[in-house]
Amino acid sequence: MQLYDLTIHELTALIKERKVSAHELTRAYLQRIDEVEEQVGAFITRTDELALQQAGDFDNNPVDKPLAGIPYGLKDNICTSGIRTTGASKMLEDFVPVYNARVAACLEDQQGILLGKLNLDEFGMGCSTETSAFQTTSNPWDLQRVAGGSSGGSAAAVAAGEVAYSLGTDTGGSIRQPAAYCGLVGLKPTYGLVSRFGAIANSSSLDQVGVITRDVKDCALVLSAIAGYDSQDGTSAKINIPDYFADLSGDIKGLKIAYPREYFRNSTDTAVARQVKRALHAYEQMGAIVEEVSLPHSEYALPAYYIISRAEASTNMARFDGVQFGLRDVKADNIVDLYANSRAAGFGAEVKLRILLGSYVLSSDCYETYYLKAMKVRRLIHDDFTRIFENYDIIVTPTTPTTAFCRDEYRGNLLSLYRNDILTVPVNMAGLPGISVPCGFIDGLPAGMQLIGKPFQEKMLLNAALAFEQAHDYYKARPALGGDK
Amino acid sequence: MNREYETVVGLEVHVELKTKTKIFCSCSTEFGAEPNTQVCPGCAGFPGTLPVLNRKAVEYAIKTGLALNCEIAEVSKFDRKNYFYPDLPKAYQISQYYMPICKNGHLDIEVEETKKRIGITRAHLEEDAGKLVHQGTITSTEYSLVDLNRGGMALLEIVSEPDMRSAQEARAYLENLRAILLFAGVSDCKMQEGSLRCDANVSVRPRGQTELGTRVEIKNLNSFRALEKSIEYEVRRQINAIEDGEELIQETRTWDEEKQVTRAMRTKEDAQDYRYFPDPDLAPVYISQEWIAQVSESMTELPNQARQRLVNDCGLPEYDASILTLTPATLKFFDEAITKYNQPKIVSNWIMGELNRLLNVNNMEIEDSRLVAGDLVELLKLIDAGTISGKIAKTVFEEMFSTGKKPEEIIKEKGLLQISDEDTLKGMIDEIVAANPKVVEDYKNGKEKAFGFFVGQLMKATRGQANPAIVNKLLQERLSRE
Repeated sequence: MQLYDLTIHELTALIKERKVSAHELTRAYLQRIDEVEEQVGAFITRTDELALQQAGDFDNNPVDKPLAGIPYGLKDNICTSGIRTTGASKMLEDFVPVYNARVAACLEDQQGILLGKLNLDEFGMGCSTETSAFQTTSNPWDLQRVAGGSSGGSAAAVAAGEVAYSLGTDTGGSIRQPAAYCGLVGLKPTYGLVSRFGAIANSSSLDQVGVITRDVKDCALVLSAIAGYDSQDGTSAKINIPDYFADLSGDIKGLKIAYPREYFRNSTDTAVARQVKRALHAYEQMGAIVEEVSLPHSEYALPAYYIISRAEASTNMARFDGVQFGLRDVKADNIVDLYANSRAAGFGAEVKLRILLGSYVLSSDCYETYYLKAMKVRRLIHDDFTRIFENYDIIVTPTTPTTAFCRDEYRGNLLSLYRNDILTVPVNMAGLPGISVPCGFIDGLPAGMQLIGKPFQEKMLLNAALAFEQAHDYYKARPALGGDK
Repeated sequence: MNREYETVVGLEVHVELKTKTKIFCSCSTEFGAEPNTQVCPGCAGFPGTLPVLNRKAVEYAIKTGLALNCEIAEVSKFDRKNYFYPDLPKAYQISQYYMPICKNGHLDIEVEETKKRIGITRAHLEEDAGKLVHQGTITSTEYSLVDLNRGGMALLEIVSEPDMRSAQEARAYLENLRAILLFAGVSDCKMQEGSLRCDANVSVRPRGQTELGTRVEIKNLNSFRALEKSIEYEVRRQINAIEDGEELIQETRTWDEEKQVTRAMRTKEDAQDYRYFPDPDLAPVYISQEWIAQVSESMTELPNQARQRLVNDCGLPEYDASILTLTPATLKFFDEAITKYNQPKIVSNWIMGELNRLLNVNNMEIEDSRLVAGDLVELLKLIDAGTISGKIAKTVFEEMFSTGKKPEEIIKEKGLLQISDEDTLKGMIDEIVAANPKVVEDYKNGKEKAFGFFVGQLMKATRGQANPAIVNKLLQERLSRE
């Protein structure tokens, strides 16, 4: 075992017992990044110097906080004061925010060690990091395959041992899918639990910042650090935040688990579905009550999602017009050309596609037939879940239809690519918490199981995830990379 | 010919609410600061920033709604209005399109002693845009600079029904609306500074026709006068066009203050699709009955209540009451004066006459002047005591207005004390009479003008300081002896 293989709670113990200093730990991680980053391509910006300085500060003046001294990475759509934040877009290639995202401030406050900013699909629009303006991140389990997305850099960096944990954002599965592809735990919290302030907006009513870790306990530790009301975010929930880590027991006797038949049919690769069925059986043996249910409106979730997310994205992208910040066509001699040329040069194809689609569905002729109808579907999906949660505690589904796909596998076949999100999208549409946990391997590639909880019941969700994790060894597996023996 | 047509006017009024901070961030709203010194990443639209609603703006909207007899929505929402312009950093304006905060109100006006009720369709909250500074004109400028100080200030847009039938009614509506907003304390309503902005929708139709004619929106109206003149112009233009058999097009026109004409800006075909949709960054605004009651209790006298008070309790004519209630500062000045000098009509005459004249000449508001009510009272008491004449008082008043000095001080400085001493005046009268035998002759022959000549000569000799009543008496006595 190497230092970079350990979990946060294991590392924290070592730091507390003075068996390792933050400096040593940071050095170990930086060395690991040097070894494997060329293969993985998880980072857009490395912050080695800052990391060593933060580590030194901590060693000189150690504080007793759960994430103190632990190296981490941030998805590069999370703003960091004084550190370039690109959103993986040419548009913001040289953009240096003067403010910290709320979550970035939370981790800074924990005296964590920031190793850098991680790759993503441009502005979070994609599910493989292939739309990143800079690079495609590889899956550490099979370098020919993608790490998933949009938080692909965040997942690959954790899986490759380049950071101990990372933050991502999840609009339709962008944390859970890459976590599943990379054999990690990925949590998208309830909408409103974690502040969105400083996370560059993709689709504001669906976006949520979340966590990617090696195991469930780590996930609970990081969530405790970033959850909570923020006066800078008007959609932030005013609720009491429990300590998600304390008294996580893994005891799930009597827990009522529902599995919706629609999520195990048709759209899902039988191998992943079979793996999740096995997991359900395991839950039963641990004392949970497992029953099949129906979420009848699920099939409409994807089309409705594409309308709502594109609509919101189209206006969120509008501010990138070359006037205030970011890329500008300096040769344009009038304002219309300035807009058109800057945006044509700054955005990639996927982002442009979404802007076009979103502008179309919001146009006055289409608003009712597309946008309003999609909002009604969204309500029905929400009601489906509410009905199930009257009788059940947790809903279990596969996280993704398949395991990680190969680079370019979907080139020219966008609609098939979009179907990757079919199991994760409904959770964002309903604003619910969802977590992906490793549930086995298929042909050497990790598969993920999605657990969906009631609003703000992350604790129950984590406990159910922990129960499964402890009964299996999947979370202990590490990919063979670089100089690994 | 014009009698065959009816004018139809509706107004859209943008009011800058006087919240201390902007509507969605905590930047200051003070007027006149150096460009881009009241800006944060939020109101500059930087990536990742989010709007957080200023509660005070909602309170002011409720207050305005109540003052305009509106229904206050239990739930209202914010929408994004999408368009590209360099003064709009997010490339969308946060406004309320689908569910405004206030609806279905009304406001009463009076024109030529006819009372009329004007419907108010809606009032909604939104953020202001920034300002572009061009080098010269917008078309010839080599580059333009953006000032975002104004961007994100809280605006309330108040939309009337097309209930006005003349330029005078439109002016009366805007004047009354301004008075209400000032009394409610929600805005400074300074048209010159842009804290009250008005667009007019104008159409004409043959009298008797029920459907509305083709509507033209006039922008760039920076004064009451501009509002009135532009409507009058536009009505003439539209009638002429119809009479000439031209077809009117729905368009936006701008008021050219210099040439006193409206000019075409853009037609309906150029109108943008704003792609309105609910802003996902802002939760719906819920307003409880308790909150409304609280705001209602905090409200002080409104103009119509004050008007009634002045008529009923002070015995003033309706006209005086309506002028004195145009701004809270005017009413306050009046109220202060009559507590110390209980002759409302005399006080009213001075405010409506001399004071308003001086304010107009100097293009000032009463609150900007150095004059205080107590000093006017002092002046009135000096007239009553015969210390100065009414005529001299006007001179003194002008001096008070421009210097802020006390009346006694001015009288002393300028030697304006009224001469009431009979012996002094008698001596002067003797001299004048002796020097003008021909006029004395005229007087004896019954020419009334001759008497006035002697009064004038005496006033001239005393620089207007002679007590007119005593002069009359002494002059009559003297001339009767001729």
